[in-house]
Amino acid sequence: MSLATMFKRNSLLDERSTWVTSVVLVVGMLAVVVLHALPPDHAWHLNGSVVSLLGKYLTYMLLALAVDLIWGYLGILSLGHGAFFALGGYAMGLYLTAQDAPLEGWQSAMAHFPVAALGVVLAPGLLALVFGWLAFRSRVTGVYFSIITQALTFALMLAFNRNEMGMGGSTGLTRFDELLGFSLSSESMTVALFVASGVAVLLAFWGCKALTRSRLGRVCMATRDAEARVRFIGYRVEHVKLAVFVLSAMIAGIAGALYVPQVGIINPSTFAPLFSIEVVVWVALGGRATLYGALLGALVVNYLKTVLTGVMPDAWLFLLGGLFVVVTMFLPQGVAGLMAHLRRRREVAT
Amino acid sequence: MSMMDAQRLREFARPDRVFDFMAPARSPVDVRHGPILYLEDVSVSFDGFKAIDDLNLTIDDGELRCIIGPNGAGKTTMMDIITGKTRPDRGQAWFGSRHNLLQMDEPQIANLGIGRKFQKPTVFEALSVSANLELAMAGDRRVWKTLLARLDHEGRERIDEVLETIALSAERDRLAGVLSHGQKQWLEIGMLLMQRPRLLLVDEPVAGMTEPEMHRTADLMTRLAGQQSVVVVEHDMGFVRSIARTVTVLHQGSVLAEGSMDEVANDPRVIDVYLGGDDDPADTREEG
Repeated sequence: MSLATMFKRNSLLDERSTWVTSVVLVVGMLAVVVLHALPPDHAWHLNGSVVSLLGKYLTYMLLALAVDLIWGYLGILSLGHGAFFALGGYAMGLYLTAQDAPLEGWQSAMAHFPVAALGVVLAPGLLALVFGWLAFRSRVTGVYFSIITQALTFALMLAFNRNEMGMGGSTGLTRFDELLGFSLSSESMTVALFVASGVAVLLAFWGCKALTRSRLGRVCMATRDAEARVRFIGYRVEHVKLAVFVLSAMIAGIAGALYVPQVGIINPSTFAPLFSIEVVVWVALGGRATLYGALLGALVVNYLKTVLTGVMPDAWLFLLGGLFVVVTMFLPQGVAGLMAHLRRRREVAT
Repeated sequence: MSMMDAQRLREFARPDRVFDFMAPARSPVDVRHGPILYLEDVSVSFDGFKAIDDLNLTIDDGELRCIIGPNGAGKTTMMDIITGKTRPDRGQAWFGSRHNLLQMDEPQIANLGIGRKFQKPTVFEALSVSANLELAMAGDRRVWKTLLARLDHEGRERIDEVLETIALSAERDRLAGVLSHGQKQWLEIGMLLMQRPRLLLVDEPVAGMTEPEMHRTADLMTRLAGQQSVVVVEHDMGFVRSIARTVTVLHQGSVLAEGSMDEVANDPRVIDVYLGGDDDPADTREEG
């Protein structure tokens, strides 16, 4: 059977949340494009910087999706997914830099878009493959796995900070001009990147949904809840974990690659352990193991961050920490769980 | 047990088609020499404590064996060794005369045909009853194949059949997490059946079951034996007496006595260590 029939069989749109999420994403994207197309003096006109900001949110949503796939469905709490995001970003950054001035050594190959695109998924994918193989084979789970993912991203941050890495040191890669021959500073490029990010989120959402509804998805949930049992009925738990972990890392890499041209810079701070923890907070706040919860959480928290860092920059981290504590204590299923709970209560009432 | 249930069970266990889905067609296990499980001089210790001490055990193909013993006698550790969870310090463990269990890990051993039921019922609570059975169904376990796997007609029928055997047909779409304790025990036995095992290791199958459920379980265990080998670890003496042909008594990690229930129950050494000098083992259900 082919992948296409698998998608059909799982009848992607039969679940209400999938429907609603897809419609909201598409309508939202169209609305942004239309509002941007309005004449600049119109009251509802969205200017390029807002579109670019929304595009950045979309890449964060994609990253959150990647984290929810392994945390929500497989129970693997990665506190280092920022590393995969950053690697995808650096691959794209090298490509963009190479458009300006030729790079040296192996990096010169990154001037070609297909090579760079491959690097975007292969760099995080390979790292996840090696790291995951070592960790899952040795049955490193739970909090121990989380801690070594923190170490991983921290180690990469230190490495990328060094000038000898040839990745721009602590400044990182910046001052990009062109993508695929088009100027990055043009308004149409801003819209194109926004739409590309939106489409990527939509496709990844459907893909993850199909995965979680397949038998493999059920094996994932079974592994999350009773790993030993899954082994005793004959599944190679470490292979399942590795496959989904690598897929998740690749999605994170794509998110990073879409992030870099919209933000205009990639530097080692993306590898910072704190960033990876923030991603986990988005997912926890939105609600684990629902996928749409991750999208929602990433959007809401980042919007709050944008607003609050403007108004009271010092308060943001306290608020983020406070949010996490409140969600952990009172909303273990996140906002998505709260909504499902309210819906059930309404159904019972009627 | 109601008439309906008895009838259904008899229907299910007709000699001509008893568990045809468990037919050993795919199994490469070599049992021409008799034993399906062979443990020799197996020892394992944890931090100096000898959990298993020179254990010798042979299970014949198609046999139903009950294993009893006080807490700490090494029953669960023995199952851990057979299923690949624990590696012994010394000794040998063979499945048939061809497969060395000590060279394999859990999934390999499971796919070879050793199914295990845990002491505490372990089902996938976030999945429906039928999804639990579907995951346990024998088939290609590789990642890509699992991703693309679909439930075919044959598989659906097999799930229906097992659901009926374990009396959970009405609960098929409910989440396994909401089942009663006894129903979870049955679901786990059902998952074992889906695996088409050659050897079933069943750890305390009737813990937390009501009297009628216990009778049903005893009935099922007896019928399963003969089609495959069954090893039951149980504390409940009434249950053991109702199904046992051969009983092995474990004590401090090795075999203390082996024989029919009556022989074992009258063995002075067994009475001494396990039954604590009490007269009749049938009255000692609360012990252990």
